[in-house]
Amino acid sequence: MTFSDVNASPGTIESPVANPDTHDKEELDLPWQVVVHNDPVNLMSYVTMVFQRVFGYPREKAERHMLEVHQNGRSILWSGMRERAEFYVQQLHGHLLLATLERVN
Amino acid sequence: MEICRNGDVIKISDIDPFLAELLRQIPASAQPDDSLAARQRLFSLPADPNEKEICREWKIYVEPEMKRLFQTAVETVAEDLQQLNGKEKSVRNCTLKIPASHADAWLNGLNQARLAIAARCEFSDQELADHYRSPIGSRRDLSLFQVNFYGFLQEYILREINEPGGNPPN
Repeated sequence: MTFSDVNASPGTIESPVANPDTHDKEELDLPWQVVVHNDPVNLMSYVTMVFQRVFGYPREKAERHMLEVHQNGRSILWSGMRERAEFYVQQLHGHLLLATLERVN
Repeated sequence: MEICRNGDVIKISDIDPFLAELLRQIPASAQPDDSLAARQRLFSLPADPNEKEICREWKIYVEPEMKRLFQTAVETVAEDLQQLNGKEKSVRNCTLKIPASHADAWLNGLNQARLAIAARCEFSDQELADHYRSPIGSRRDLSLFQVNFYGFLQEYILREINEPGGNPPN
């Protein structure tokens, strides 16, 4: 940086140009949600145990989500950054639950 | 058939030859190779199919890891089931001892088998909820019985996980 740069008037600063890479990063930072879908085969007790293990939820909260899946067909288990959401979906698939990653509308 | 926990072992005793044969079939039942529906269920998509990039990357990077995980669980179950080998033609009841440390592998293996069978047979929700259907009059009835029997074992193993310790060893 030169002295003249420091003293430049605001009018001399160039307009920012959109950077596609930055745009991608912003997209990644938008919130995502982890959704678990109903499955008539998986046992209710098994689904509860998986929620406790994967998310560290207490039993009551895990059961509430399990019942929501059972009664409404789906439940949003978590929302936040994409990378973490992908990690949770992977864990849930490892336990053979029907789980997906969705953008928060 | 009786199930109990003796220290670090889940003991299934008095298994009649028919149930022993169903147990032997867990590893084979868990293999989805011959059924697209079973494969799609065991390796379901991580997002809406329109999220093409996520689904493509998942296929490349995550699915192989899932395959390894599922295969390891089935191999552990198959190893434990070797206790039943050589007794295929016996009419006598037998015993199976599952180390408690293998409980997770059994839960996973049983789940793979249940999901694969249900997908292969395209069972309806109504059929899956009918736990008392009898007698077994067809291959389909037998498959449904298998799903329910494996579910019963899962329930027991889950109970043991949630109540660690079990009964003291004999």
